[in-house]
Amino acid sequence: MGKEVAIIGGGVAGLEAANQLATLGYNVIIFEKKGQPGGNAAKWDRLFPNRRHTSEVVNSLKSRLNGNPSIMLSTAISSVTKSGNRFVLATKGKNFEADAILLATGFELFPAEKKEEYGYGIYENVITSAELEEMFAKHGKPVMKNGSTPSKIAFIHCVGSRDEKVNKPYCSKVCCVTAVKQAIEVKEAIPAAEVYSLYMDLRMFGPGYEDLYKEAQQIGINFIRGRLSEASELDGGRVQIKTEDTLSSRPLKMSVDMVVLMVGMSPALGTIELISGLGLKPNKDGFVAVADYHLNPIGTGVEGVFVAGACSGPSNITDSVNAARSAAIEIHKYLSK
Amino acid sequence: MIKDGKKKVWDDYQKEIADDKFYYVRSCIRQTIWPGSENIYLRILKDVLGKDIYESENHTTCTGIGYHSEVVPFETIQTVVARNFSLMKEAGYENYNPSCVTSFGIYTEILETWHHFPDEKKKVINFLKQATNRDFVEPKNLAHTSDVLFKFRNEIAAKAKYKLINKETGKPLKVVDHIGCHYAKMFPNKGVGGAEYPQVLAGLVETFGGEVIDYPERRHCCGFGFRQYLVKANRGYSISASKKKFESMEPFKPDFIITNCPGCNYFMDRWQYALAEMEHKTYGENGYGIPVLTYEEVAGLVLGFDPWEMGMQMHQVDVEPLLKKIGVEYDPSKKFKGANGEDLPLPEKPNHINFSV
Repeated sequence: MGKEVAIIGGGVAGLEAANQLATLGYNVIIFEKKGQPGGNAAKWDRLFPNRRHTSEVVNSLKSRLNGNPSIMLSTAISSVTKSGNRFVLATKGKNFEADAILLATGFELFPAEKKEEYGYGIYENVITSAELEEMFAKHGKPVMKNGSTPSKIAFIHCVGSRDEKVNKPYCSKVCCVTAVKQAIEVKEAIPAAEVYSLYMDLRMFGPGYEDLYKEAQQIGINFIRGRLSEASELDGGRVQIKTEDTLSSRPLKMSVDMVVLMVGMSPALGTIELISGLGLKPNKDGFVAVADYHLNPIGTGVEGVFVAGACSGPSNITDSVNAARSAAIEIHKYLSK
Repeated sequence: MIKDGKKKVWDDYQKEIADDKFYYVRSCIRQTIWPGSENIYLRILKDVLGKDIYESENHTTCTGIGYHSEVVPFETIQTVVARNFSLMKEAGYENYNPSCVTSFGIYTEILETWHHFPDEKKKVINFLKQATNRDFVEPKNLAHTSDVLFKFRNEIAAKAKYKLINKETGKPLKVVDHIGCHYAKMFPNKGVGGAEYPQVLAGLVETFGGEVIDYPERRHCCGFGFRQYLVKANRGYSISASKKKFESMEPFKPDFIITNCPGCNYFMDRWQYALAEMEHKTYGENGYGIPVLTYEEVAGLVLGFDPWEMGMQMHQVDVEPLLKKIGVEYDPSKKFKGANGEDLPLPEKPNHINFSV
């Protein structure tokens, strides 16, 4: 067929769509601004609900990058314009052309320092869920700043999600189950540890998620329904946290060795600027607006421009793979006209 | 503590503070509680820093306490505020410089209201005209007096006679800083350093050689809180809030507390006496309390102003142990002498907290 598809973003959605489109006979090129493919998933140690190593999934997706699809790493697209039926993608030194565009720019983790009262970036043992994954990958367990093993850990849900104060009113969808997974992993790595999970609601929507939650309760994870009001550092780097246990209607104050902030998904930086050149607008949460939420969640307002994965809203890996495959079919239909 | 992290937050919350030509507005309660602080501020601005600072005898209270107690309607306080701004213009100034944190919060809130609700502003312009025949104006710059001392902290330090260093040990004094809620907690971007890790007082302390303590209940209420204290039945909340703070800071052995709000100063000072009488418990060293200083007093002390001229004998918690730590030259016999050398009435010696009379 010889037609060219440009995919912006080499994360799960971009890689999967590229593989599918290459199988369908298109020339596919992925532009990835980072130095490695895999997106945010590449930073994760293990996945919910079965604690499979993320590298298995990412390596599988990457394994077909052998000419077609091809990938240009460390290559950011500065603008996309449409000229007739062709698209021009500008990079720092060179322009590329394509017959169709797939936006798969993914998401950024919510910058936890914006919740100033939680002390991220200021208190030594307040970390993010992504940093905990790095610790698991490197040490097999969480490690305090001074090298000690924590014996009391609190997970804080909804950091940068369902929070109008930081202009993130939406649910990031995957943090609840990630927190439950990580809490179990902590307990497995440090059996004597006391583990607390401070939540608003537990949104266990996917297959196997409820099982994971039940397992967490059975092994003694303490679930407290309440949002963190503030964290303060104690002598020696421990952290004092305050919340209200809204089930017992009591204020609660406790000291822990480590606080893990379950950071939500924010729109990827630069995506809005990228789509504005095509006349596209973001949705109210700042992600790429889709053509029809129910009937065309892959299309956009511009013919030939498609969207897949978390750049149109919080998604898990399964959602992203499904969306990528749908996008491949839609792009095939579009290019076959 | 990751100090660079705190500095990053500080960088995010810097505000414009006028350089000169200030229209000074006194607090309605500070003159009673700490009569020397406002005077010393004017002396520092005029005599030490050489600034043009003017106050009008015609300005009034902002009516903030009445407003927060729901006895002064919003329209009334807006008109009072508009009148005070108008007086500033008539005096030929543009930079409004209130001494009280409650007032600073009121002025900030009302300016924000006028910005976001132009109809409200239109209404107030008419009220002002009808009630006073004055013209409406908004200040070019609004800065609290602690903002101004923060801005000129390096100039003050360059002229300082003393540092916030323990003369005996050579170590920095440990200082608890506490900002008033209405300084930055309503509008974090209007306070230097924001609301969570404020820099305004910490910056003064560090520039003058001290070390700020970050203790667990740093953000907790000082014990004032209008609803906690103005409603007599709620005063138990007030003293219990202060007690929680003292207990949290006590293990860090602070040498003194610095605040920028009349309410914080008053309650953190007075409740230490009350707690000593109620529970025979003191939080400072050797049976003394932890001195609670205004930012003007701290600046005045390092510049070498006489502590009794600054009215520091009016504190409920004795400041003399702190003066000795710093090595301030002062005459203990003049502690209760008036400005003209006359004897002032001596306070009753408390039973359970040390105080030199």
